[in-house]
Amino acid sequence: MIMMAGTVLIVLGLLFFLSGTVGLLRFPDVFTRLHALSKADTLALGLVCAGLALHADDGALQLKLLLIWLLVIVSGATCSSLIARAALAHGIRPWQR
Amino acid sequence: MHPVEVTFDALLLFSMVVLAWQGVHARNMFRAVVSFMMFGLLTAVAWVRLEAPDIALAEASLGAGLTGALLLATLGRLGPERRGPRRRRAMKLSMLPWLALGLVGTTVLLAVTLSLPAPGLGEAVLAAMPAAGVDSPVTAVLLNFRAWDTLLEIGVMLLAVIALWSLGQDVLASTSRLPAPALPALVRVLFPLFVLSTFYLLWRGGHGPGGAFPAGALLAAGLVLALLAGARVPERMRGAPLRWAVGGGLFAFLIVAVGGMWAAGAFFAYPPQHASILIAIVEIAAGLSIGVMLTALFLGGEPTEVRRGRT
Repeated sequence: MIMMAGTVLIVLGLLFFLSGTVGLLRFPDVFTRLHALSKADTLALGLVCAGLALHADDGALQLKLLLIWLLVIVSGATCSSLIARAALAHGIRPWQR
Repeated sequence: MHPVEVTFDALLLFSMVVLAWQGVHARNMFRAVVSFMMFGLLTAVAWVRLEAPDIALAEASLGAGLTGALLLATLGRLGPERRGPRRRRAMKLSMLPWLALGLVGTTVLLAVTLSLPAPGLGEAVLAAMPAAGVDSPVTAVLLNFRAWDTLLEIGVMLLAVIALWSLGQDVLASTSRLPAPALPALVRVLFPLFVLSTFYLLWRGGHGPGGAFPAGALLAAGLVLALLAGARVPERMRGAPLRWAVGGGLFAFLIVAVGGMWAAGAFFAYPPQHASILIAIVEIAAGLSIGVMLTALFLGGEPTEVRRGRT
């Protein structure tokens, strides 16, 4: 039962990765692409880590998975902010309809 | 092997070939560097698939991480790229000899690989493990059985730093920084974690994947991140202290090696009852020194020494 729940979470996470990638390929400029990637991928990784933690039978391993997710949240958010600022500094204007 | 594993490996190999091609034939340097970094990451995954976690750690931290940072920093200093006329790279007849040569080369390599003795030196290493002083075969080879090779590797790295530093001074001071408040905040949170993980990897090297090279690379990653966030080499560290930190790994290594000559009768012969502690000393000294050396390479030159008594 727990194993099933873990697998469902992983598959759900993969779907979010897929939607983030579709956003990266389809959106018009760097800011909208960042918007798609940073949010979808962070959630996706969280779901995958949660799923893997349910599959793991070792407390230390589960803590490491949680730590990986937290580190990616912090660094991912910072990276997105840095890329967006660099793009603005290089004179890229946000896309408008 | 499970079909899923076969599919994964095939995808991995295919992506690596594509990324290698992109790295060579990219439209501009930036794309080439990014392809190279992704190639490094996938190479690390490939090492994991080959059940070599030690090399995977080193590849991920050095190959994908720090080399990427060095290449990007270099790219930033090169200035805007001059655009030449785009050449069409069509499949031409002149490529055929190269293709044939590549095929022959690959075949010869494959034949040589298959003709090597199958278990290699693994058996010999495992047989000698009780006398090694550590539980991890990889660390035993790197810091005991073949410590000479590791000494030379650290020596080469030191030579690279000396060569780079003799070319000029720290160029980081003159580069402009983006006003990005998020990065210094991130570094303040993460830097203690970098230091902690460095020592974790050093400690773990004794009995599992880890050791001086991944630990040094991690320390360097933390220091480079701090430099990018606006930190500078403290003034009291410049000059002699920094030079000692850069050369300290090789120095400690040499002292232990020469001490072995005096205590056990041969260069790098550890007395068995002290092997553990000696290897730990060498590992910590080498790891910290590798971290400082990699950061020194990123600096691009020796930080200017501020003379006392002048403003």
